[in-house]
Amino acid sequence: MTPLDRRLLRIARAAVAYLLVTILLGLLAAGLAIGQAALLADAVSSAFLGGAGLDTLGGTLAALALVLAVRAVTAWAQDASAHRAAAAVKTRLRAAILERGVQLRAGRWAGPGSGEIVALATRGVDALDAYYARYLPQLPLAAIVPVAVVAAIAGSDLVAALTVGLTVPLIVVFMVLIGRAVERHRRRRWQALTRLARHFLDVVQGLPTLKVFGRAKAQVASLERVTDAYRVETMASLRIAFLSAFALEFFATLSVALVAVGIGIRLVEGSLDLRTGLFVLILAPEAYLPLRQLGLHFHASEEGRSAMRAAFELIDTPAERLRAERLRAERLPAERLPAERPTTLPDLRTATLRVEGVTVRQPGRALLAPDGASFAIRAGEIVALTGANGAGKSTLLAAILGLAGIDGGTITLVADDGATMPLAELDPRLWRRHVAWVPQTPFLAAGTLADNVRLVAPGASDVAIREALDAVGLDRFDPSLELGEGGLGLSSGERRRVAVARALARDPALLLVDEPTAGLDDETEQVVLAAIVRRARGARSMVVLVAHRPAAIAVADREVRLSARADPEALDGTAAA
Amino acid sequence: MIGEVLRLGGAVRGRLALSLLAGTGAAASAVALTGTSAWLISRAAEQPPILYLMVAIVAVRAFGVSRGALRYAERLPAHDASLRILAAVRSRTYRRLERLAPAGLAEHRSGDLLSRLVADVDSLVDLWPRVVLPIAIATAVCAGTVLVVAALVPFAGLALAVTLLVAGVGAPLAGWIVARRSEARIAPARGALSAAALDLLQAAPELVAADVDGRELARLAVLSSRLQDAEARSATGAGTGILVAALSSGAAVWMALLAGVLAVRAGGIGGVALAVVVLLPIATHELVGGLAPVAQQITRLRSAADRLGGVLGRPDPVAEPPEPAALPAGPYGIRIRGLGARYAPDGPDVLDGVDFELGAGERALVTGPSGSGKSTLAAVLLRFLDPSAGSAELVAPSGPVDIRQLAGDDVRRVVGLCAQDAPLFDSTIAENVRLARPDATDDEVLDALRQAHLADWIETLPDRLGTFVGESGARLSGGQRQRIELARSILADRPILIFDEPTEHLDEATAAALTADLLAAAHGRTAIFITHRAELMAAVRPQATLDLARRSHGRDAAASAGGAAAVSAP
Repeated sequence: MTPLDRRLLRIARAAVAYLLVTILLGLLAAGLAIGQAALLADAVSSAFLGGAGLDTLGGTLAALALVLAVRAVTAWAQDASAHRAAAAVKTRLRAAILERGVQLRAGRWAGPGSGEIVALATRGVDALDAYYARYLPQLPLAAIVPVAVVAAIAGSDLVAALTVGLTVPLIVVFMVLIGRAVERHRRRRWQALTRLARHFLDVVQGLPTLKVFGRAKAQVASLERVTDAYRVETMASLRIAFLSAFALEFFATLSVALVAVGIGIRLVEGSLDLRTGLFVLILAPEAYLPLRQLGLHFHASEEGRSAMRAAFELIDTPAERLRAERLRAERLPAERLPAERPTTLPDLRTATLRVEGVTVRQPGRALLAPDGASFAIRAGEIVALTGANGAGKSTLLAAILGLAGIDGGTITLVADDGATMPLAELDPRLWRRHVAWVPQTPFLAAGTLADNVRLVAPGASDVAIREALDAVGLDRFDPSLELGEGGLGLSSGERRRVAVARALARDPALLLVDEPTAGLDDETEQVVLAAIVRRARGARSMVVLVAHRPAAIAVADREVRLSARADPEALDGTAAA
Repeated sequence: MIGEVLRLGGAVRGRLALSLLAGTGAAASAVALTGTSAWLISRAAEQPPILYLMVAIVAVRAFGVSRGALRYAERLPAHDASLRILAAVRSRTYRRLERLAPAGLAEHRSGDLLSRLVADVDSLVDLWPRVVLPIAIATAVCAGTVLVVAALVPFAGLALAVTLLVAGVGAPLAGWIVARRSEARIAPARGALSAAALDLLQAAPELVAADVDGRELARLAVLSSRLQDAEARSATGAGTGILVAALSSGAAVWMALLAGVLAVRAGGIGGVALAVVVLLPIATHELVGGLAPVAQQITRLRSAADRLGGVLGRPDPVAEPPEPAALPAGPYGIRIRGLGARYAPDGPDVLDGVDFELGAGERALVTGPSGSGKSTLAAVLLRFLDPSAGSAELVAPSGPVDIRQLAGDDVRRVVGLCAQDAPLFDSTIAENVRLARPDATDDEVLDALRQAHLADWIETLPDRLGTFVGESGARLSGGQRQRIELARSILADRPILIFDEPTEHLDEATAAALTADLLAAAHGRTAIFITHRAELMAAVRPQATLDLARRSHGRDAAASAGGAAAVSAP
């Protein structure tokens, strides 16, 4: 581990003013410490050897009082400014993590789960306090202050200056050597912590199922095992981490002792006076103090730095992978810049959406699903996608949305005049503006029913929301009804209907619905299907349904049966993720 | 919660005592090094024969060596002890959650749960090494130093005692008072951000598909900057403590110098002791200055403990009998009399006056529109929720037993659930099925999967049974997830099995094939089918039916969804 990570510095630009102020105040504090040592040494030696009283020492005492007061205020200002720096940096990091997190979770890329990303953006980032508020401002101070102090000592006693001046670099060497060893252990500790968070969340969220099968109590043992593994790994890391602190403290205190003994002997020999001796004795620890604090802050910030490595892995590295995936998803000719993309769509009321031979290789499964799916749809039509489980029906919807990459075939918009526009060349945001999607497990947030509709239909008016809810048979529900987490307060059928309602409220040109009537009784199913049919026939939308039940298939103009096929390229096992 | 962590310290008192001893030695060495050095230099200035200084020289060197070594010896046992305590706290927390879930945690947001349980429980680990031990060590060493200084110059000793109290108690208190309000702002701000962030990430596909992810990220940025504001204010508070501490440390040195000079003039002490009297306060205050973060730790630990208490202190949704009745031998039927149920004592009735009877080995069909309380009935029968009125009984050959007289785990040994939307764990397919019966062999697991019509699909997977399902089964289709849940139920082999909409997410052909297997799985058991799919209704040929539609109470019934959610998934 290098003591300074460039990427952390890059983010630190958010707080560069605060950091500079913090460092300047640190330098001021060092100057004041030197002044304080001189005043104290002067006062003690003249009272002890010169027999001076308050009458002659009045000026010294007044100056000392001033120095002490200014030192106190400096320390306060230094701390406040450092914490503000940390707060600013953390906000920036959180934003970067969450933005990338959304991109990762929206696609079908393997990667950290939602819980892990949240842990990183909150607890992980909070662990950075120690780094930005303490360690980073201390770094330049640790370089400058010892030099200044040694110079001040050298002005009075060259031998002591040499002792201090030699031990300080020695300590630095030790810190670097031990720090390298510590790094490996630190990384292991952070991994243990992440595993722990993931395991705990998984278990707590699955508690109902675990209880049904009588396995909930048994999880205590596994929880204890995981925690104990965490303890063992942490202790291994601490045993080494504390070694570096030990070396630092050992050499710092030992050299102060050596300086003191040396001064004592030279005083006896008469080659040094008491005033100088005391000045050096008081000042010597100040040379080690910045280094000691640096070591302290370095270890206090180790968890933060590990968290940050995970954060930057999330923010930086996948960028390449994401771009590659997106190229694949959009079949974008590599030389074509996004700026050259079309900025307008053909008139969707007259255009045709054509899906031709679309094939998707399922990551981690030796399966092509869908395998060569083809259909065409125009405004006012309803197409039902059917097929066995795992035939790739949901994947095809994701491909049309641009959320999943396709490995074969094309998806094209064909305008009235025959002009074609591959979806891959479109800005996905432009395209998605005209599309609404009801996924298999729609997400409902805590909040009012209206909030949940506006989650994906931000512009919907109160009237539009009322109409959309009425259309799916939720006429008994007040839009201001408060829902709990995950739509708690509604049955699963009602949740699904809310999802259909909000898709309708988007007023889409293309409506993609994944199993619209699962969980509904026959009567409600008819209401929801009627609303979807009205959307197609009345509002002239294209509607693509993933359907299992006969009633849903019956409302469609065409049924497209999808099928999957074993991936021939995966037979050698290389496709296994 | 804090009291509990303190009590748990008893179990590791050996390690804690070792740490206390070494820590006190380390801190005392640091102070003594300063004191002996000051004396050595002052005495040397009088130029006595060097032999007179040998003891002091040896002492200075010894203190110089011992400090670092003792400090290392202090830290390891303290951290080991606290991590052992953490394991105990964590499993206690889980045990409590296990009693609360699912009905008692129904309204709890899981993003918040994550942040609370992991962060708060983990933060309690700091109580011993970062709060209790540093305070004990500093107190012991400060008391000793004050006595030494007071013996030399009583006024300087008094000044040192007072300033140490101000620095050690007053400064953290001042910092705490200013920071308390900000801390109270930070915790909710962090909780709100964490919950909103989890929502955002879970909704990410829908948000991106609707092109509204930018708006939601901006909303989150507002929450994030609110957190930043709260943190910045908290920093000013912590700084206040530093200011008070630095001022009192300065006062101690200044007054020691003043009193020392006067004492030398008055002949109270020899000049040799003056440097000792002046330098000891510096070393002692440096020690107390190291306590500054302790006050912040206390505040943080207290709010973490309060939050934990808020979750863990909820009432049990089910009253376990103090002496559970023995589980009678099967086969079992079910008898329900005037059953009522609600999720909160003052909440609406989700079930009201339900009567129903089912003989052992018979099949029942429970129907009703969405929201009529079908899943709540399942929650009562699974003993996740106590009835608010009436009774539910298991009818065994030896006679009926009210399920409230049985332990919840015993009831669930008899009554099984094949839920809809059941969660999958981030593990392999085999492990996800095997949790229904941990001692099942691979062949038994595979057989259950075969009965759930998943065997063919598993053959196509690269790692077969060992294939990982991804977070929340993300790599599986809805139908596949449902079938894994069915395989669990088959493997668990309960005498009574409740099927909660088991064919819901399946296509016609598979559902038709599965219906036959469901009935086969139900054969020889007492089975309750909750469904509204016509083909399943037709196939069940039930001996008893319960139509909750007639009992549906308009809007109130819609609230029953709490039941659906509570039983199926958090």
